[in-house]
Parts: sequence; C-alpha cells; structure tokens
Amino acid sequence: MSDFLAMGGYAFFVWTSYGIFLTTLVLGLVLPALRRRALIKELRQAYRRAEARRKPPRNQGAEQ
Amino acid sequence: MANKQKKNPIVLFIHKTGSPEYFYKLSGRFLPWLIAITTILTAWGLYQALYVVPPDYQQSESYRILFIHVPSAWMSMFIYAAMAVMAFIALVWRIKVAEICAMASAPIGAAFTFITLCTGALWGKPMWGAYWVWDARMTSELVLLFIYLGIIALYRSIDDRRAAARVASIMALVGLVNLPIIHYSVEWWTTLHQGQTIRLTGPSSIDASMLPPLIIMAVATKTYFIAAMLANARNMLIEQDRNKSWVRRLIGDAP
Repeated sequence: MSDFLAMGGYAFFVWTSYGIFLTTLVLGLVLPALRRRALIKELRQAYRRAEARRKPPRNQGAEQ
Repeated sequence: MANKQKKNPIVLFIHKTGSPEYFYKLSGRFLPWLIAITTILTAWGLYQALYVVPPDYQQSESYRILFIHVPSAWMSMFIYAAMAVMAFIALVWRIKVAEICAMASAPIGAAFTFITLCTGALWGKPMWGAYWVWDARMTSELVLLFIYLGIIALYRSIDDRRAAARVASIMALVGLVNLPIIHYSVEWWTTLHQGQTIRLTGPSSIDASMLPPLIIMAVATKTYFIAAMLANARNMLIEQDRNKSWVRRLIGDAP
C-alpha cells in the first residue's frame, strides 16, 4: 500500500495531477447542480411575485 | 390531408430536439444515466491506470499521468470541434438549443484545457526538468485556453442572450484555426513534446498494455462532456426562457 502511494518517488506529481483532474471534473457537475437549485428557487419567487401583482388582495376593494 | 404526410425520421428528430421544452425533458431523462456511466467508467479507468498497468521501463511510475493528460488533451480539442459544429448550426439555422449547447460546452472545454496544461506541467517537471517551456505544443494549447476564455467572456459581456451567442459563435469558428496548429505542432516545429504515438488509423507505437486504461478514460471523458454540457445547457435554457409558458409550467407548478 505505501509502495502504491509512493509512486516510485513521483508521488507529488502523480497524485497532484490526479487530484486536479478529479477536482475540476467534479466541480463541473456540482456547480451546475447548485446553480439549478438556486435558479429554480429564484424563478418560483419571480412567478409568485408576478401572480400577486396581477391579482391584488381582495380586502383592498372591500374597504371602499 | 397535407399535414398527414410522413416526415423523414431524422428531420423529425432535429425539429423535436430543436424545441427547448422537448430538449429540456429529454436531457433530464438522460442526465442521471450519463453521470452513472461516467462515474463507473472513470473509477474503472483510474483503477487500471494507477494500479493494474505495469510501470514504464524509462519513466517508471511518473508516466501514469499520461492516462489523464492524454484523454484531457484529446477532449480539449474534441470539445472545441463539437462547439464549433454547434456554433455553425446556430449561426446558419438560428436554433436556440444549438446556441445554448455551443455556449454550454465552452467552460467544459476550458476545464479540460486547464487540466491538460496542469498535468503536462506536473509531468514535465520530473521528466524534462521544467514545469513550463515555450514549446510549440504547449504554447498552442495555452492559446486554446485563452480562446475558450475569450468566447466565455464575450458571451457574458452582451446583454441580449441571442445576440451574445451569435457573436461568441463567430469567435468560436474563427478560433478553429488553432486546432490544426495544436495537432501538427509536434511535426511542424522541433518540439520538446513527444510526437503522436496513438493513431486511429495505422499502427500505434504505444505499448499494448497501456491501451485499455487510455481507451476507458477516453470514453469516460466523452460521456462526462455530454453530461456536464447538458447540465449547463438545461440551466441556461430555463433562465433564458423564464417568461415562456413551458418554463412556467415545468418549474412554477412543480412541488
């Protein structure tokens, strides 16, 4: 196992390379997933606000 | 009646996938499978690359960087070509889905170019004694990164999304000139970077034992690209079409 981790003395170069590879690619899928969640939340809020503007609350008209 | 006339299935497919709503639904169905396949292939490929394949007779264990460096370098160019094809379709037929797919590819291409440059530097240091030299192959790959970043910056700097996509698509087509320069750089100039050892046609000069992990990683990076591109494109599509009825229906009503 320690032989495997040592990579014949090239541990730093090999493991840093694989680390950069995996980190970059995982970010490439995680970032769009986070963006999707935020976007859906933002869109639903915008739709609700637009809906509220179109139909003003009923009691406003009743008080006159 | 005239509208009962049967359409060519290929034409029908293009018309359907060109519809944002159909594209969004179809890609949503494919995405989990693509991510699953990519994860399995990558795990299998990296296990082979790091553990199964014997060390190189000259470079010992350091050459294991090859199994991520070379597939990433292929992808940096493959994605550019794919992006240019979609940019061309977007410019000629003005298909919104094509525009968005082209622009969704750029950050993934840039990511693979970044990985190629980093892993190349980390391989160069122990083998050549330097992280970086202004060699033709490396310089042209660095230019590729700048072209990707230029396309992304241009797309973001224009407010009208469709106009932005058209301008950035033109830049993508102009930047195409860099691809043959990267490919032939090791033949046209005397370079420190080694020449081609793996060929699609004719015999490869790489040892046969090194091929399986390389092929697995080449396939894994392709499925990764499709997955990440679709994930980006889906977000861009609902953001751009936020006031269209199909987005309201799909996003607004969902629990």
